[in-house]
Amino acid sequence: MSGIHVSTTINGDPVEFVCQPGETLLDVLRDRLRLTGSKDGCGTGDCGACSVTVDGRLVCSCLVLGAEAEGREVTTIEGLADGENLHPLQSKFIEHAALQCGICTPGFLVAAKALLDRNSNPTEEEIRFALAGNLCRCTGYDKIVRAVSAAATEVRKQEGRKQRRSF
Amino acid sequence: MRYAAPTTTREAAALIAKAKGRAFVLAGGTDLLVRMKIGTIEPELVVDIKRIPATQSITKSATGFRIGAGVPTAAMGENNALKKAWPGVVEAANLIGSDQIQNRCTIVGNLCNASPAADSVPALIAAGAKAAIVGPRGRRTVAVDKIVTGPGTTSLKKGEFIEAITLPRPPPRSGDAYLRFIPRTEMDIAVVGAGVSLTLGPNGVVKKARVTLGAVAPTVVLVPAAARAITGTRLEDVALAKLAAACEAACNPIDDMRGTIEYRTEVAGVLARRAAKIAYQRAGGN
Repeated sequence: MSGIHVSTTINGDPVEFVCQPGETLLDVLRDRLRLTGSKDGCGTGDCGACSVTVDGRLVCSCLVLGAEAEGREVTTIEGLADGENLHPLQSKFIEHAALQCGICTPGFLVAAKALLDRNSNPTEEEIRFALAGNLCRCTGYDKIVRAVSAAATEVRKQEGRKQRRSF
Repeated sequence: MRYAAPTTTREAAALIAKAKGRAFVLAGGTDLLVRMKIGTIEPELVVDIKRIPATQSITKSATGFRIGAGVPTAAMGENNALKKAWPGVVEAANLIGSDQIQNRCTIVGNLCNASPAADSVPALIAAGAKAAIVGPRGRRTVAVDKIVTGPGTTSLKKGEFIEAITLPRPPPRSGDAYLRFIPRTEMDIAVVGAGVSLTLGPNGVVKKARVTLGAVAPTVVLVPAAARAITGTRLEDVALAKLAAACEAACNPIDDMRGTIEYRTEVAGVLARRAAKIAYQRAGGN
């Protein structure tokens, strides 16, 4: 079987890979590019552990073919922190103990980032709806919701500081 | 398996027609990739239609809207003109799955997957939507209610696929609504769905209506008797009772873990009544 050559952008970096036609973007990220932050949970779009964004849209990478990434901009959990500096979502997840086993955490963080990018002041209900595509069997969700809410406050503060500095 | 991402509909139709084994169209992939994963299908060819510009946009014209087959349902919810004209269709499309799914799944996929419980289909049929079909013998346009022939089967011929869904421009004083019942807040398959689209006369009397039900028969059903029950009325209690009775009579559901025959039948009447009231208000009736 001949492979498909794909040129794409992942977390801002140009990336090229060769994949099989039936290979999912999740398979490519984990097995070919060694970006193992995205987790392989259900493989059928139910659990959200493999969440990434493609051209800014939150998707399950298990339901995207690797070949579809041609020319697109993909962001994964590996692109969330700024070097050694954790994103506020990551710090607040730690602070609020919003994880136990951790398998669902990358997906929750990517989904929560997608939420905050379009709504930096979400209500509890909005957070719960936005994260409905991510399953967690450890926390009971409350700690996750509180962490996202706290991160939103932090993100708004940082944005406020940035704006004041630009004046 | 082979993967192709043609940039024109003609090329896509030719690829599908020439395939030696089973060929499948890939739009959002939220059903197709699941079926590939669990092994119910083994495609010889997958044709990704998202590189075809005609599948990628929602366009508004004097005659209505055209929604490309590759447009994710989330983009429908982001289109204010579409939401204003057909709020019921957009709500129905936005009920399908999580944000992750919404950002990929399409109404054409929802239609062609041919589930009796597809959420967008009752709303599309109530709205009088049409499917723009491309195939080896050219193009044809068919009413959406003529596409699904049974659970998992469609009237599309070999090599044919749907390039877009068109919605008419709603006449003045029109409104539509879709409601579904599920035992939880979201992320579930409809036990019953009901779509209503109606147009009022200047006096607030229903001039024209279309009523549809999902998940209560092998395909989504259009219920003309239910439309007749409310035509010429202001949705008085008597008219709504007749609407509900007509909907119950149109049900031919299965018994399963989601609901019994009796339960589905009764809920169909209740939901149709509620959807009719919402559509009526949206059309400007009181």
